[in-house]
Amino acid sequence: MSLRLTFAVALRVLRQLRHDRRTLALILVVPCALELILQQLFGRDSPVFQQVGTPLLGLFPFVTMFLVTSVTMLRERTSGTLERLMTMPLHKVDLLAGYAIAFGLLAIVQATLVSALAFGLLGLEVSGPEALVVALAVANAVLGSTLGLFVSAFAQTEFQAVQFMPAIVFPQILLCGLFVAREDMATWLRVLSAFFPLTYAYDALARTADDELDARFALDVAVVMSCILLAVALGAATLRRRTD
Amino acid sequence: MSSAIRVEDLRVVRGGVPVLPGLSCEVAAGSVTGLLGPSGSGKSTLMRALVGVQKIAGGSIDVLGNAAGSASLRTRIGYMTQAPSVYGDLTVRENLMFFGRIVGVPDATNERVLAQVALGEHRDRLVSSLSGGERARVSLAAALLGSPELLILDEPTVGLDPVLRRDLWELFHRIAAEGATLLVSSHVMDEADRCDALLLLRAGRLLAHGTPRELRSRTGEDQLDAAFLRLVEGDP
Repeated sequence: MSLRLTFAVALRVLRQLRHDRRTLALILVVPCALELILQQLFGRDSPVFQQVGTPLLGLFPFVTMFLVTSVTMLRERTSGTLERLMTMPLHKVDLLAGYAIAFGLLAIVQATLVSALAFGLLGLEVSGPEALVVALAVANAVLGSTLGLFVSAFAQTEFQAVQFMPAIVFPQILLCGLFVAREDMATWLRVLSAFFPLTYAYDALARTADDELDARFALDVAVVMSCILLAVALGAATLRRRTD
Repeated sequence: MSSAIRVEDLRVVRGGVPVLPGLSCEVAAGSVTGLLGPSGSGKSTLMRALVGVQKIAGGSIDVLGNAAGSASLRTRIGYMTQAPSVYGDLTVRENLMFFGRIVGVPDATNERVLAQVALGEHRDRLVSSLSGGERARVSLAAALLGSPELLILDEPTVGLDPVLRRDLWELFHRIAAEGATLLVSSHVMDEADRCDALLLLRAGRLLAHGTPRELRSRTGEDQLDAAFLRLVEGDP
């Protein structure tokens, strides 16, 4: 692993995004718009907005970065640039870490923007530190990004890559505890949700909102971090120098 | 003359079909060697095997004294894939800056390779806005960045006008004169005359190996196109 090469990759990915102004605008504006809709839908002081607003804020970056990364990586695989890079003095980890850094930086901007709106203007309140919500959102973005890198190996077209979103992201959102508390789920669903990284990401956000920064919170964060490392390792395993 | 590439009994199977059923060939160091054959003859597969990105079923490949795909070769080989493998959503210069940093050359090298492929005036254009031939030249420029000892170029002159093609072949010979080895594929026989040596490939087998002059005298044909036909039909 080389920092010089990792930053070269990160810089390149950010440059690509800079030329794609529309995607950039969508990434930054859509979460803000959705948060606003949520507040208008339920009302500023409703318990629903207060309860759902924070986890949603923290999960947006996961969803967007999952999508953007899986498509960017798929393009890299299909355009031949990955094949070229595999003949060059670049380690696979440099490539994956470069992606994670680029989308992590973008997530910082995204999460800061939507947090400023939600906490500043929309009246969303958390008992725990607001900065921790932003930090968790960024961690979730990196998780989404690394997971997107991994699943891109199983898509041959951009259509397929986009379909991984309902296939892999939606079940995690449904079962993470946002809609139904995990204690109230059918046993098999609760067991299933224990294997989903988003369950822990959601729990960490909910605990931050309630200022319950206990041992369970620490476990949540540890699981999310481990999943990021696991996804990078799995992603590296799918990047083969030699292919058919 | 020593060999830059030595392939022995190379076998590649793709999708259950043997693409290269057992190929042996050599490329002389310091030469511009043409890899010619119709499309589907296994040229790209051979090139991919030489740069170490193709799974092989058997045989051995020695490249610059190392097994193909060795990590130590990654700074010594320049590879241009058949489809332009550059980023469409970056400018020409941003592409070269990225690949240059991966190879480890200073950013100033970009101007040298841009001049070599005659793309200087397009340096700030997005690659996606360029024509197919221009995109191929950006891809070629990226392969030239590290001044590699061996260049593997997969159809670098496809779709270019005759003037540019002539200029690029002159560039290839200049690079070879400085000591590098070039393996250049083409499916156009009229490019064969521009090569020091030829490898003629058909259906994954080496049909002939030699200089253009040797192929002419062996087949008794003036035109290399006709010589190729002779060889296919097994006349000589």
